[in-house]
Amino acid sequence: MRGVARARWAAGAAVVLLALAACGGGAGGSGGRVLSSSWGDPQNPLEPSNTNEVQGGKVLDMIFRGLKRYDPKTGKAENMLAERIDTTDSRHFTITVKSGWKFSNGEPVTAHSFVDAWNYGASLRNNQRNAYFFGYIQGYDKVHPETGTQTADTLSGLKVTGPRTFTVTLGQKFSTFPDTLGYAAFAPLPRAFFTHHSAWLDKPVGNGPYAVESYTRGAQMTLRRWDGYPGPDKARNDGVTLVVYTDSNTAYTDVLAGNLDLVDDIPAGQLKNVRTDLGGRYINTPAGILQTLAFPFYDPKWNTGGARKVRTGLSMAINREQITRTIFRNTRTPATDWTSPVLGTDGGYKPGLCGKACEYDPAAARKLIREGGGIPGGQLKITYNADSGSHKQWVDAVCNSINNVLGNDRACVGNPVGTFADFRNQIGRHRMTGPFRAGWQMDYPLIQNFLQPLYYTGASSNDGKWSDKRFDHLVDRANAESDKAGAIRLFQQAETVVRDNMAAIPLWYQNGSAGYTDRLHDVALNPFSVPVYDRVKVG
Amino acid sequence: MGRYVARRLLQMIPVFFGATLLIFLMVNVMGDPIAGLCGERACDTATAAQLKRQFGLDMPLWRQYTTYMGNVFTGDFGSAFNGQPVTQLMASAFPVTIRLTVVAILFEIVIGIALGVVTGLRRGRPVDTSVLVLTLVVISVPTFVTGLLLQLLLGVQWAWIKPSVSPEATFGELIVPGLVLASVSLAYVTRLTRTSLAENRRSDYVRTAVAKGLPRRRIVVRHLLRNSLIPVVTFIGTDIGALMGGAIVTERIFNIHGVGYQLYQGILRQNTQTVVGFVTVLVLVFLVANLLVDLLYAVLDPRIRYA
Amino acid sequence: MPEQPYEPERAVAGTGMGGAMDLGASEASTLEGAPGGPGGAGPAARPRSLWSDAWRDLRRNPVFLVSALLICFLVLIAIRPSLIASGNPLTCDLARAQDGPAPGHPFGFDGQGCDVYTRTVYGARASVTVGVCATLGVALLGSVLGGLAGFFGGAWDAVLSRITDIFFAIPVVLGGLVLLSVVPGNTVWPVVGFIVLLGWPQIFRIARGSVLTAKQQDYVQAARALGASNSRILLRHIAPNSVAPVIVVATIALGTYIALEATLSYLGVGLKPPSVSWGIDISTASPYIRNAPHALLWPAGALAITVLAFIMLGDAVRDALDPRLR
Repeated sequence: MRGVARARWAAGAAVVLLALAACGGGAGGSGGRVLSSSWGDPQNPLEPSNTNEVQGGKVLDMIFRGLKRYDPKTGKAENMLAERIDTTDSRHFTITVKSGWKFSNGEPVTAHSFVDAWNYGASLRNNQRNAYFFGYIQGYDKVHPETGTQTADTLSGLKVTGPRTFTVTLGQKFSTFPDTLGYAAFAPLPRAFFTHHSAWLDKPVGNGPYAVESYTRGAQMTLRRWDGYPGPDKARNDGVTLVVYTDSNTAYTDVLAGNLDLVDDIPAGQLKNVRTDLGGRYINTPAGILQTLAFPFYDPKWNTGGARKVRTGLSMAINREQITRTIFRNTRTPATDWTSPVLGTDGGYKPGLCGKACEYDPAAARKLIREGGGIPGGQLKITYNADSGSHKQWVDAVCNSINNVLGNDRACVGNPVGTFADFRNQIGRHRMTGPFRAGWQMDYPLIQNFLQPLYYTGASSNDGKWSDKRFDHLVDRANAESDKAGAIRLFQQAETVVRDNMAAIPLWYQNGSAGYTDRLHDVALNPFSVPVYDRVKVG
Repeated sequence: MGRYVARRLLQMIPVFFGATLLIFLMVNVMGDPIAGLCGERACDTATAAQLKRQFGLDMPLWRQYTTYMGNVFTGDFGSAFNGQPVTQLMASAFPVTIRLTVVAILFEIVIGIALGVVTGLRRGRPVDTSVLVLTLVVISVPTFVTGLLLQLLLGVQWAWIKPSVSPEATFGELIVPGLVLASVSLAYVTRLTRTSLAENRRSDYVRTAVAKGLPRRRIVVRHLLRNSLIPVVTFIGTDIGALMGGAIVTERIFNIHGVGYQLYQGILRQNTQTVVGFVTVLVLVFLVANLLVDLLYAVLDPRIRYA
Repeated sequence: MPEQPYEPERAVAGTGMGGAMDLGASEASTLEGAPGGPGGAGPAARPRSLWSDAWRDLRRNPVFLVSALLICFLVLIAIRPSLIASGNPLTCDLARAQDGPAPGHPFGFDGQGCDVYTRTVYGARASVTVGVCATLGVALLGSVLGGLAGFFGGAWDAVLSRITDIFFAIPVVLGGLVLLSVVPGNTVWPVVGFIVLLGWPQIFRIARGSVLTAKQQDYVQAARALGASNSRILLRHIAPNSVAPVIVVATIALGTYIALEATLSYLGVGLKPPSVSWGIDISTASPYIRNAPHALLWPAGALAITVLAFIMLGDAVRDALDPRLR
């Protein structure tokens, strides 16, 4: 009897479920001129100096404006809140903040808003992931020592000299320092950030064209246009709803069904269909991302003259053109230098700088690898992390390309590592025995950012521990050079040192891609592959 | 009976500690999670040390465990790396996942047992064969693909449902995800019911019931099914926990921010506090589910007694 | 005791059926539930034991013959894939990625431009090994422990059941990342071991539940009243009567274990290239289902046929073991 009762109850429940399904639905697309866009859960708390990935950066780009702003189209750093940034020696800077700027809670933006924010970001006590951005400023070693406790709370290189003026003293000459100030870590912060910190984190307040209306962590954030925004780039829509997706394919499907307006990451499996699915509502534009294969120079096998030839040979054994076309459907472009097209040629991008070394040439590749003594260790293992991105696809393709050139189906194999943290751990502990995946997303559109952090001796992202005195010297000279064009020439000279040693094999420039519904117009991605939300028109 | 339940509840204590300790150790064996927090660069040593201190990772392992357990008993499950308290994560994830699991289990019970009864009573007939073929398809095609195809067909092509589940995740929205989640288990339940039924059809009590001239429906439901359900109930009992913690693929396809997703994220980011917190709750669910299953044995088969 | 119409003969699986049965024997004898246990020793059987009856039945059962043939074939190509595929599964030409069938390439090409037919044939070795070995291990460990727990009850049962609770609690992803990432080398055995370690609690539960029911049956009570020993009751009366659910779950699980190997590979801790397996191919082809369904279809089809063969075999063996069906 119990069985019968159970069965009836279950059947009843099923009927109720189906009925629910029939009248299902729920909250429809947001009304008015508000657009919904795909988002990922930010990895770190949403503080400007604590955000080092695109998803958090997306929000910061909407709710903050810094001293400089990178033009969404050209990537050029242009004054935003800065009225003037003056220097005579590339080391001492005087910064004047424009008047009339406010945070969305009404508080005016002053010199203090910047200095306090930067001091907060640099201070070891606050655990900010991006603290090293303030490392150029004098006194950083006091507030953020390598070991031990800090001996100062504020950077000695920062001085407020008036309500809207402050001075910055750097530890060394750095001529393009003003152009780095568009990076989110340099954003100004309101008093509320310091006085009501956790409330601020629950609902961040900034000075950008949008204000946060509500934020449910891990699910969604609604942003509304801030009508009092004093800047020139007022939002052309009423707001943006950022919806957290765990899989870009779901977001893509939601766009197809009209359940979401904008997806800014087209999944690899849909790239072939995107034009038929969305027609012209698909954009694919260059972004400041370069994929390379880095090498472990701490392993003596890779740090020989022969290994240099092998690296160049391997570079020539990779059919970049075919891989970007077949695997990535042209959302990547074969790399011919170590920077990115978004810099523009006058910003330091120099197509073809790599020359023959980046061209597919099986015969020459075989010759170089043979001359160099063959692959060190006999087998090339390309290490990558399996948990994010679809790296397996291209690693397998690169290996197949190398194997076909060498006529040995086991010359190169992919070597996945389970988690990104473990991958970084193994790199940090110098466990790599062969090439490994290295992706670089620029922080700011300067050639310096593509070279110094990656190849300068002891730099934070120099994971292969490559070191070359000539390179270091050229970078030092370039940073001290006050003439911009002269500095870029020196950086490009340094880049040729990277090329001649094949310190890392450049693979391809990564594009940003996005798809959207017919409700939207004027959708574009900036050079950081983030949608330019304030330009989007709805309806 | 009462004493049995009390004893089982007492046994939960060592299991609880054993499981949490095991998971705690496992997450720690995975290595240093801080390395993954600074993007494609090494965290500077000072910040890394500071972060370690903040998350208590600088203490010896046993201290970490005792501190953690001490906090758990005061209701503090720690926080994820983005600063969100784990209790907050649980409060948003568990209700959604419980709803999803209920839908999936209902599918298993209703469709699985119904198909099992039909195929068990008609062994070798076309309906049996077609269900077998369906079973094979479900087993050999990954959930990812079935989910994706259903989503494309129902969500985009025919527009019957929305392709993704909203943060509210109502029962109505969870029907298709629940079906996808239940699909492989459905195959198990169907075949288990079928086999069990076919076996018991030849039992004395069924023959007796037939001889007594009882109506067929009554024989099937009261005599046959009830006695055939023990393996099925066992399976469903073990499945509850698996469905709750293992719905990673389904939750991803339909964008459900449930337990499977949070647990997966916690594991990939090597966040001990998230992982141990969620698994702790899951262990409790297993324990209760298994106790209920054992008690159900006695209900289904009165000859089984617990003292 | 009408349920047990045959004289409960002592029989060793080996003498009952082993000699005559070639490839299917190893599977069948294990699934019957630990015939090699302590009760198995004894004088050679007379022809009409339970097991020899079962074997006689099986030989005449077309379902069994078909499934056994299929399994023989699978094992054969797992051992010598070059018998039916002349290509090299690792030779891939990206220019032909996702292309359909072409002369000499009946199944077309996958996303890397590898020949799907060759990879499907070569994938059998890893996949069949993982599927069969993991299933055997899980079924053996789970049913022996589960049977003992259900039969003896008490402290045994409590301890074992609580251990399974703990094992259930380990998320597969975590277990895989922790246990498999430390194992060097690139063979299927760590994967098999891992699946057995995490899979046995399920069979344990099922077996325990079945034994709990079987224990209450009249024939068991009768055997006990007649003074039969525990091992004899377990092996002669309970095992054959509670093995059905184990067979059902194990044969389906075989397919899911092959798929689980793919999940582990996807996580970067299972088989790594240059290994070839159906699981790896299925998971790589899955995101491209809209463009190149053939790359998914063939390895998935091979997996389906394998599972079908084992489900049919399981059904046939179970039927043969059920004396009431005679």
